[in-house]
This record gives sequence, C-alpha cells and structure tokens, in this order.
Amino acid sequence: MSKQHLPLWEVFVRSRRGLDHKHIGSLHAADAEQALLAARDTYTRRQEGVSIWVVRSSDIHASQFEDEDAFFEPAADKVYRHPTFYDVPEELKL
Amino acid sequence: MSSAHFRYVLRLGDNALVLGQRLSEWCGHSPFLEEDIAMANTALDHIGRARMLLSHASAIEGKGRDEDALAYLRDEREFGNFLICELPNGDYAFTLVRQYLLDVYHQLLFEALRASADEELAAIAAKAVKEAAYHARRSGDWVLRFGDGTDESQARAQAALDALWSYTGELFTPDAVDDAMQAAGIAPDLAQLGARWRQIVEAHLVAATLNVPPDDWQADGGREGLHTEHMGRLLAEMQFVQRAYPGLDW
Amino acid sequence: MDNPSHRAEQARFDAIIAAEEKIEPRDWMPEKYRRNLVRQISQHAHSEVVGQLPEGNWITRAPTLRRKATLLAKVQDEAGHGLYLYSAAETLGVSREQMVDDLLDGRAKYASIFNYPTLSWADVGAIGWLVDGAAIVNQISLCRTSYGPYARAMVRICKEESFHQRQGYEIMQTLAAGSAEQKAMAQDALNRWWWPTLMMFGPHDAESAHSQQSMQWKIKRQSNDELRQKFVDQTVEQARHIGLEIPDPALRWNEERGHYDFGAIDWDEFQRVLNGNGPCNRQRIGDRRAAHEQGAWVREAMLAHAEKQRRRAAGRAA
Repeated sequence: MSKQHLPLWEVFVRSRRGLDHKHIGSLHAADAEQALLAARDTYTRRQEGVSIWVVRSSDIHASQFEDEDAFFEPAADKVYRHPTFYDVPEELKL
Repeated sequence: MSSAHFRYVLRLGDNALVLGQRLSEWCGHSPFLEEDIAMANTALDHIGRARMLLSHASAIEGKGRDEDALAYLRDEREFGNFLICELPNGDYAFTLVRQYLLDVYHQLLFEALRASADEELAAIAAKAVKEAAYHARRSGDWVLRFGDGTDESQARAQAALDALWSYTGELFTPDAVDDAMQAAGIAPDLAQLGARWRQIVEAHLVAATLNVPPDDWQADGGREGLHTEHMGRLLAEMQFVQRAYPGLDW
Repeated sequence: MDNPSHRAEQARFDAIIAAEEKIEPRDWMPEKYRRNLVRQISQHAHSEVVGQLPEGNWITRAPTLRRKATLLAKVQDEAGHGLYLYSAAETLGVSREQMVDDLLDGRAKYASIFNYPTLSWADVGAIGWLVDGAAIVNQISLCRTSYGPYARAMVRICKEESFHQRQGYEIMQTLAAGSAEQKAMAQDALNRWWWPTLMMFGPHDAESAHSQQSMQWKIKRQSNDELRQKFVDQTVEQARHIGLEIPDPALRWNEERGHYDFGAIDWDEFQRVLNGNGPCNRQRIGDRRAAHEQGAWVREAMLAHAEKQRRRAAGRAA
C-alpha cells in the first residue's frame, strides 16, 4: 500500500543554553527543512528546547554489540585516570 | 469610536476562531502522523489567539459577554470574520494554500499592530507575530513542495490558489471600521499592507511554479456578517452544546 | 534464530535482563523477544493513533474555548505518543510503513476501547478520567520495561500524560456538580465506559496468551490482573468524590485482601470487539485508511520535491 518510504531522522535538542544537544527521538520527513519543522512541532511543545539538530538516521555510524568488550572493557582497569587514584595531602584541596 | 474599536478587535478574534475551528477538523485525519501534530499546533495557536482577542473585545464592549459568550452565543450575522476563513478545508493543498495566504497576512498585520495605540492589542500582536512567522514558514514550505512537487500536487495547489484568490481582496479593502481604526492609530494602513503582502506572496508563488490568478471577481461581506452558506453549519457544530443546554457551566 | 551458535549471546542477554539493565537496539536479542516487542509496541502505537478519533469527534463541539484548546492539546499528545512508539518499534527493524499497513489491513490490533462511540460531551470527560487513568497505570509500570527505547518512550509519555487524566476528571467533576441533565450525562458516560475500561488491561492472567513470556523477559512488569486491581482501587474513591456511581453492584471493599472486589467482566464482548465487531471498528479503520489514502499524493509530492532539490544541489556542485 505504501510504496515510498519517508526517510527517518534523529532529533537532538539543546534544552537550554550552555548544555549539549541531547538525543530526544526520531521522526519521518522528506528533507532537512521538513525534519526541522516537524521536530519543532513534535519535540518542543513543552518548551523542551532552544536549539534543534536533525540528522538522517542512515548517516549515523554506531559501534556494534560485538564491539562492546573490545571497545569498552579495556577502560575498566585504568583507575589512574581518576583523581581519587592519587595520594596527596587532604588539607591542600588539590 | 468605541463600537468600531469593539468591532475591529472582535473581527480579528473571529478570524482566529473560525480558522482555528477549521484547522482542528484535521486532527486525526491528516496525511501522516507528523502532520497531525503540526496541524494541531497551528490550530492551537489560532484558538489561543482567538481567546485573547475575544477577551479583549469583551473588555472593550464592557457588557459582560466573555470570550465564550462571544464565541458560542452570537449568530452568524454577528460574526465578522473574512469569508476565506470559513471555507471548508478541501484537500490538503487547499488547507495549506489558504493557510499560507492568511499566515503572511497575519504576520504583516501583527507586525504592524505591535505599534497600535491600543496597548492590549499591541501586546497580543507581539505574541501573535512570532506564531504567525512560524506558521508562514511552515505553510510556505508546503506551498513550495506542492507547487514544485508532482504534477498532481501542482494541479491541486493551482486549483486551490485559483479558488482562494477571489477571497483575498476582502483582506485589504478597508471599510468604515478599518478607516476609523487607522485614523485612531489602532490599525495599520491596509493599502500598504496589501502591497507588501502581494510582493511576498507573488514571489513565493513564482518560486513554487504556480501562476498568480487574475484579479477578477472578489468575494466580500464577511466583515458585515454576510457569510457563505458554509458558515451556518460551522457555527451549528461549534455552538451545539451551549445552544442545546443554555446557561450552564462546562 | 535461537540456535546453539548464539549460546554466548543468549547468556549475555539473559545476564542483562537479570541485572535489570536495558536491552538496546544494536544488541543481540532472541528473535522471539524482538517479535514480541514489535507486536506490543506497535499495538501500543496504533492505540494512540486510533485513540485520536473518538475524542477528536468532540473537538469541533467542545463547549468552551478553554475546553476546546485543552482537548485539542490532549489529542495532539496522543498523536505524539503514537509517533514516539512507532519510533521505538522502528529501532527493532520494522518500518513505520509496514506497521501502518498492518493496521489498515486489519492484521494488527489496537486497544479495543477506541471502538466504542463518543456520544456526548461527557464521554470526553470519561475517556480522560477512565481510559487515560487506566493507560497511565499500565504505562507507569512499563517505564521499567527491559527494552531501552520502549522504556524511554514510556517515561516521556507518562510525563506528558499527567495532565490528561486531570483534564478528564475536571470535566466529569464540573458535569457532576452541574444541572440534573449534566449529571445524568456524566453518569451515563461512566456507565458506558466503565466495563470497556476494565477490559483494557487484557484477559485474566491465567488466559493471557503472551503474558508469561513477557514477564520473564521483563517486557511487562506487572500482570493484567494486578494492574486492573490497582486501577479499580484508585478509581472508586474518585467516583465517590464527585457523587457518581460505578455501575457494578458487586463492587465492595474486601478487608481481607485490602482491595475492592468487583463483578465479572463480559469477556465475550471483549473478544467480539477485539475481533473487529465492536460498534466502531469499521469506522475507525475506515477513517485511518481514508486519511492514509487521501494523503498519498501529499507524501509523494514531498518526496518528489526533496528529490528535485537534491538533484539541483548536485547539479550546482558538479
């Protein structure tokens, strides 16, 4: 019945100045202008944002489930990247 | 003066109310889900605008008829909206071409009304102009897509434009109320407004590969309460509950 | 498919579920888990979308401008919620178009409650109060569902829905405190919507086809009967507060259980409506199909325009 598919877009909204854009959902639109308007109408009805990004879902490249161990496990034992790893005198407020 | 003032603000309110009523008919029936949401936003803006304008009209009149009394308990002859607002929605092209013609009009009108001598009206206009700017961007985008889309969408948009064009003259032809309001510094010069509207709209229609229709027959009469046959049905539906059970709170 | 070569993935999946963590779109998942989710989320989405229609029936007749605006905003939210849910289902590899086709061709189900007609203004109040009230009970529970995108959609939906039930209750409260005609209108609406609302929670746990597996996978977090009981318990007091009577002679407080006992649900009616023979099934799907078919040229036009623009831009770049 539905022959052509409207592309899927991911929507990112900055909720207020000073904050990052955050993924908030997705929608269908023919192109970027339409995606922006639809994002405004759908995802900022309750003053959720001051700025919107839209990105075609197919343009997002993501790490895979299989990558999880190789990508993220090795960071687990690098405790020296965290400030609490180091012994310094408390009173100096370093 | 004060009766012209009342009538002027009331007419603005009626335009917003009647158009908002038409737009809300799309709820749940538009071409895809994103449009259901977007169309409801536009309808809500118009209903919100109607409430502010009718409440202001009520204050000017000073007879205790609140926004609901004005919306639900007046008869057809007392409504002063432009005829173009009450025409049935037709197809999506008709709805959005009409919306574009009116959105540009409202954007220009409210821009000007921000400087109105009526401070309350100026404050309403300051809010409404932002909504109208967004509406015009959205409906203008649709006009472009329809005109420069498929053969079918172009034919539908052109047919809508041809049918609607004759209802735009009313927007820019001042009557006694408009003249009195302009003289009082409350309303802008409609001739000037009309010229700018024409410039913007014509350029956009050309970009959308649509033909600007000839200026032949122009409909008129909405402001004096002489409506199309569609208006009675629109009001019968809108006012049904209040009319069937008079004098109650809802 | 669930075969031995996926033993490691299966163990990983089970561990995530056991640890109350979320499954995310690119994770490996059992095919049955995926299918079960697609079914549940798309049904939920269809319910929101079809759910626009019964209340939408009264937007143009809302008796005050405030009521008109709030009803329109509420119905708009239903469309939005449908969109969030379709999006969540799409992360499982099914397209919106496919789901819409399934709905329009009668292959997909949606909440049966929307196959009942809205006959008076009080029905708008009853739907907000009862139907949304029941939906919220269910949805709050689903905020803890094991599939990440579904859970996130639910959190968002619950946040937005918080005004819906209040909107409906306020209408009922006003009517119940109004004229004799208005109060009768409110009671009549409650009489007609009460039992279909109780059916919304689905069959009894013992007869529910998908329930057990869904609970194991933590897609569903509470059983149909638990949720239904919760709804009854909280609604009885709300009805009493505005002087309306719940149409169930068997309804009474059970001290021992600490819950209200209530009468038997007419499951024949439930099955009849679910299988397409309620008062408005044909009308609802007919309306959705008309919107979809009459909108086809609109969707084609916007795609054609986008394609023209793309080619023009490519031509300029060349």
